[in-house]
Formats: sequence, C-alpha cells, structure tokens
Amino acid sequence: MKKEYVMGNAAIALGAIAAGVNVVCGYPGTPSSEIIETVAKHNPDKAIHVEWSINEKAAMEVAAGASYAGARCMVTMKMMGLNVASDALMSLAYVGVEGGLVVVSADDPGPISSQTEQDTRLFAKYCRIPVFDPSSVEEAYQMIQDAFEYSEKYKTPVLFRPTTRIDHAYANIEYDETVKPKEIPGFVKNSKRFVIFPRLSRMNHEMIEKRNPQIGDDFSNYKCNTVAGDEGCKKAIVAGGVSYAYAKEYLQKRTDVKLIHVATPHPLPEKFLLDALKGVEEVLVCEELFPYLEEELLLLAGKHHLTYRVLGKHTGNSPLAGENTSEDVAEAIGVFLKEVSPKDEEFIHKIEQIKGQLLGNESAVNVPKPPMRPPVLCAGCPHRASFYAVKKAMKGKKANFSGDIGCYTLGNAMPLDMVDTCLCMGAGITMAQGLHWTDEDCVNFAFVGDSTFFASGMTGVANAIYNNADLILCVLDNSTTAMTGHQPHPGTGINMMGDVVNKIPIEGVLRGMGIEKVLTVNPLDLEAAKKAVSECAECKGVKAIIFKSPCVAIVKKEAECRINENCIGCQSCIREIGCPAISIVDGAVTIDSAMCTGCTLCAQVCPVGAIEKEVH
Amino acid sequence: MSYNILLCGVGGQGTVLASKLLAAAAGRADRTVHSAETIGMAQRGGPVTSHVRIGDDVYSPLIPKSCADLIIAFEPSEAVRNLPYLKENGALIVNTSVILPVTESLNPSGYTGTEMIAYLRSTIDKCIMVNDGALCESLGSTKFFNVAVLGVAQGAGLIDFTEEDMLDTIRSTVKAAFVDKNIEAFKAGLQAGAEEKEKNPALAEGKEEILQRKLTVEEVEQINALKKEIEDKRNKSY
Repeated sequence: MKKEYVMGNAAIALGAIAAGVNVVCGYPGTPSSEIIETVAKHNPDKAIHVEWSINEKAAMEVAAGASYAGARCMVTMKMMGLNVASDALMSLAYVGVEGGLVVVSADDPGPISSQTEQDTRLFAKYCRIPVFDPSSVEEAYQMIQDAFEYSEKYKTPVLFRPTTRIDHAYANIEYDETVKPKEIPGFVKNSKRFVIFPRLSRMNHEMIEKRNPQIGDDFSNYKCNTVAGDEGCKKAIVAGGVSYAYAKEYLQKRTDVKLIHVATPHPLPEKFLLDALKGVEEVLVCEELFPYLEEELLLLAGKHHLTYRVLGKHTGNSPLAGENTSEDVAEAIGVFLKEVSPKDEEFIHKIEQIKGQLLGNESAVNVPKPPMRPPVLCAGCPHRASFYAVKKAMKGKKANFSGDIGCYTLGNAMPLDMVDTCLCMGAGITMAQGLHWTDEDCVNFAFVGDSTFFASGMTGVANAIYNNADLILCVLDNSTTAMTGHQPHPGTGINMMGDVVNKIPIEGVLRGMGIEKVLTVNPLDLEAAKKAVSECAECKGVKAIIFKSPCVAIVKKEAECRINENCIGCQSCIREIGCPAISIVDGAVTIDSAMCTGCTLCAQVCPVGAIEKEVH
Repeated sequence: MSYNILLCGVGGQGTVLASKLLAAAAGRADRTVHSAETIGMAQRGGPVTSHVRIGDDVYSPLIPKSCADLIIAFEPSEAVRNLPYLKENGALIVNTSVILPVTESLNPSGYTGTEMIAYLRSTIDKCIMVNDGALCESLGSTKFFNVAVLGVAQGAGLIDFTEEDMLDTIRSTVKAAFVDKNIEAFKAGLQAGAEEKEKNPALAEGKEEILQRKLTVEEVEQINALKKEIEDKRNKSY
C-alpha cells in the first residue's frame, strides 16, 4: 500500500484503479478534469484505456460499448456535461450494463466556475439509477470502488457525484498500486438485451421500478449511510455531501442530536431512514443545490404517515441558491438547536461598533474594502488580438458577436466588449444563425475555441451551411483546452495514451463541409487579421476565419515589449486592448516585463511607434 | 485540537506550493492533515486561498470563519479580505508589497495598500509585517517569498513542526534544481521571524493580557442588553 497526499479528484481516480477499471473516458470540465489526468499518470503499461473524448456524449457511448463487453468503465464530466451525455445515459439506464459503469458528474455549487447550479442527484432520480454522494476525499476513494460493485450487482449504470469542495480538497489516501485492470470477459452478442426497442424499454422500465426499492433496501445497510446520536433524540439533522462534513464540524462528537448521513440519495435507503428517524419530531436537512433530501423526507413522511417536521430550503432554514459554507450549516444547526440566534449583519455590525467605541478602537469597525480582482484574458493572450481585429474591422458596422464556453468568454469585458451572448458549449455558432434570421442586414460573428469546435461546434456549422445562414465563424485556435487546464484535443496531435496521432485540421474540416471561404490568420498580425475579417464581411453565406496562435501558458516566452522615449502618454494601448501587463506607474505608461509575452498587439495599436519588441 | 492555517494572495504568487509544503510537513510530523485550494476561474491575477487544516477533529475541507490560527497573506488587501477567517487572538503574517488589480489602469480602484496596512496594524495584535523584496533581497527574486514566509512563521513560533521537518519537506517536495535557493529562502525567513518574535511579545501571549483594557462589567451588560433587545424583537417575528 502506498500513502499519498492527494486531491479529491486524484482519490477518485486511484479508487477506480483500485477497482480494476479498464476504460476511462470523459470531457474536461471544472471541477472534474483532474480525474482523467490522474488515471493517465498512473497507467505506465497502458493497461487502462484512457481518453479525452470529444464530448461527454461520446465518452458515455464509448464506455457503454466497453461495458457491454464486460469492462469496468468510468466516465467523467462536470454536471453540465451530463446534459450532453444524457441522451446516451437515459437509454443506457433502460438497457443496463454488463461491466460496472460509473458516471462521475461533478457538481459545482456556487456556481464557482459553471453556468448552472443543477443537481446530479435529481438526474439520478430522473434516470432511475443509483447515485453515490461522497462527503470527503477519503470517502470518495472508498465509494467509487463500491459504486463499481453496485453497478455490476444490479447491472445498471451508476452516478457518482462529488462537488467542488470534494474534488479540490486534499487528504492522505492509502492505495494499492499493484492492482491490475480486470480481465474483460468479451462481448457476448444478445440483440434482445442490447438493442433498445419500445418493447424492451417497456419491459425494463417495469423491472427497474421493481428493482429500485430493492437497491434502496440494500443501501439501507450500506456502510456510508450512518447515524450518530443517542436513541430517543427528538431532533435530527439529515445531511449529504460536503454539508455533512460541515455539520460534523459543528457537532463534533455530540450525541444529544441525531446526525444522519445519506450517502446514497437514490434509490432512497428508506428502511435506514425510517429506523434512524424513529421518535424524531423535527428534522433539519443540510444539503446543497436542490432540496433533494428535504423533499424525499417529506415524501417519506406522507407515505408512512409520520409526523416529523422537515426544515430546510422550503422553510427558509437553508439558503436556496449558492454554495453552502461551513458557517451557513453551523448557523442553520445552531438556530435549529436554539443555540444561536439567526445571523443579522446589521446587528453584528452595531455590536462591533459599540465595542469599538468603548475600547477606543474605531478603526475596527471601518474595515477598508479590498479591491475587486476580476478575471481577465492573460497578457499576450491571442484571443485579445482576435477580438480586437474583428472589433476594428467592423467599426461603425452593424454586427452581433456570439460567444461560447472557454477562456474567450472573458472577451466580454471592457474595453473589448466583444461577447454579446454565451449560452452553452457550441451554442454561439447556432445562436448566430438564429440572430441572423431576425435581422439579415446585421453581420453575425460566432466565436468558438478549438476544443469547443470539436466538442459541439461542427454540427452547428453543418446546420448553418445546410440552411443557408449568413455568418462569420471565428475559430479561436490556441491549440489546447485552456480554460480547464490545457488538455489535448483532436486538433493537438496527442492523446491520453501518450500516442502521437494525426491532427484533425480545422481548416480541412470546414472546407470538407463545403465552406469556400476559409482563411487562417495569425491574430497577432493585426493588419492581416483585420483584412481577413473585412474580406469575409463582404461575402454572403458561411465564412470562416481560423485565428491561429498558441495559448501563452503553453509556450515559452521569447520576447517582451518595452516603451521607448517616443511615448506621448496618450494611453491608447491601455484604452484599446486592456492588457494586464500595461499600467501607469508614477504617471508613465509602463509594461510589466514579467507579465509581457512580447505579442506586440500594443505596439501595433500605438499611434507613435513608442512600443518596441525585444527578443531574448 | 486542530490548527488551521489560511494562505491567501493573488494568482501566480505561489500560495499553492506553500500550502503543499505545510501539508507535507504536517504529514511528516505524523499529523492528520487536510487542505483545499481555490482553483477554477481564479486565474492569474484573481484572489486565491489555500486552507490547511491540521488535527483529528477536522471534517470540513475549508476553515470555518473565525477559526484560522494563522493567516499567511501574500498581499495586504488579500489579508483584509480573508480576515473574517482569523480566530480571536489568531496571528497574521502579511506581505506589505501591494499588487494592484490587473484592471487598475482601466478602472482605477483607488487602492494603494496603505489603508489596508494601517487597518491590519491597528486591529491585529499578533501581526507580522514582512516585505517580500527585503526578505528575498539576497535571493535575487521575490518568487522565493512563498517559502521564505514559511520560515517567518516557523521562526516566530507560529507553526510547531520542527525546523528539520520543514527542511526535509522542502528537500523532498521542491524541484531538485531549486532546493538550495528555497532552503536559503526558508532560512532567511526563519531569522526574520525570530527577530519579530523578539520585538512583539504579543506573538507569544494570549490576547487578554495584551488588550489595552478589557470591557468593564457595565459595558458587557450594556452590550448584552442591546443583544437581548434585538433578539426579542426577532423572536417575535420568527
């Protein structure tokens, strides 16, 4: 056994390896990305097939195929990826699996780096499949192994939902590094089982509904569903996920209130809960996102004519949206146990003020406000240059700018102000078409990153061509999946098995689809980039510009810019492009040499030639 | 008993390595340790925090507010931003070098750092102000500040691993080519921390003794009466 201090995502990966996983696939998405990266790192003899699939649906289907042959499979994604994969998962829930198939869908309460606050537990209920909800890194390591067991025992895909605070927390994990992937039995053809038809769905639906209460009973004896506290307690706290850890932090080893941990929210471990809630009059539910356990408890009370009162999101005892903090949970429990009064910022401030006055320490109440530090495109980021080129070329013309998911969403910030819409992966391309049909005089641009293009952009392009839309597709090709930590993709020429593979050329794809005008430019050459945009804006139909320049975080910098004596202090460079490396120090425009990558966009913007490039 | 250390700063300052070293040193000293980082949208230039929690009665990966025994702030305004995490009588080590927001030249925030430093000085008794430039002068780069500041904490007696634990951890964690420089940085910090400990007796003592004066019984009653009044009002509406 090896002991290592690892991130929650690494613990999930190591747990899957300990369970003898054969196939691991997924699509990058914070907070889930490090799971696949960890499996790839611990795959020295390439016995596990690891891949970044082009999107979550592809990953789910790759895993389904391998599972039919008896392989143990793990699919990873962030929760919005589950929306993409749901087409496959929903049907797979009916068909079932052969080898254990665990779908890790990382939820992001807050949301900290996501577009929605959806709850994977609810998805599990919707799909009628089991879900595991770990409350700590240590538990995640154990539970992912259990998830494989249950998946195989009941021949069903199983969801596993960590949240950001589990994914990105660290703990010491002891793991067996000698485990080899499971022997794969091989695909046994059986079209009655593996070909989904209405008849099969009808039959299996009934089977699943009959099976789920049995899984619930099985879960009632599952070791991670725990109850602490004395018999006869009138109050109980029911908690799931990291909120359970927060509740435990508040209660420590107290036994005057029951603390019930639900690690398997679906199917609900009814017997376990009925037993744990015996004699309980009031229940406080601590959970994030959807009031899932809260509603399940209400359902349980109705079903069994129980009289306990359920407090949670529906009763105003817990926040309805956003991430729970340890303090939120502590306050909810404190109020529930009548140990603290509800937080009242105004009240606290008043007390502090009086205390400060009495102690002659006025400054204690006048806390200076720390400045905001909004995220911006990095210094030298080629996306800035691409956006700027389009902006300049379209100056004074009517144009819409549809954005997409990735670092380049930050192009919405001033002074660029070049992202008018952003919805979901790949949507920029199709939304630009919708906008076009409402105003055919307006020039519509769709900005999409290279990884997003492969994930879900290509179908949108086909849609535009087929339906005679008029738009300019701008592929911001920085040769990586930058936002989620620089994962490779089909255009980069390497994969997660360490193979060097043929790069899929974006230009070739677009030409192959039938777009005649496809221009590839270096966005850092401002004049050429502007010219390409103007040229495309002149023609009708679907046109494409590939702005090709690598992400500054993956290339070694070779130059930097500096300001010379010609500077007249007009600050055009600052106002026009908003590069974080340029600022005013002691009244003079200055370039931070540590930050600058020598992209020269500022030099091309400067009206008096006051910025020059120095090559190392 | 648990011991909680919060590290905060601006993306790119090296808080993650510092927190990894602390966690690894805790592991080396056979303590139970947990930690958590803020990653995701917090890219270069955004606020970053690392929570390091040492002890057996720790369950939450994040330090609850008012529970940090020590805050190591790599920037003054980030110290203020995270001050709600500091325990009463907790200690603060803060780098006095200011980092302006990357958007400063476009949207001036008026932030200079002096107001933050003055506030921290006036409110925190166990406060050590260090300057990364001064501390890392002999090293030629402030990028070693993340390790030097751990030396400051060690030298001031604010973390109780042995010096050897820390040095061994640096040797086994940091890339081989940078080990010597980092050990030099840690030692520079050790000395600075020890000097601070000499200068500021508060660092070794409980807060009660160093408060200029405690609230009198009457004053406490006055506050309690007010508390009760507000609570009664609230209970009526609850």
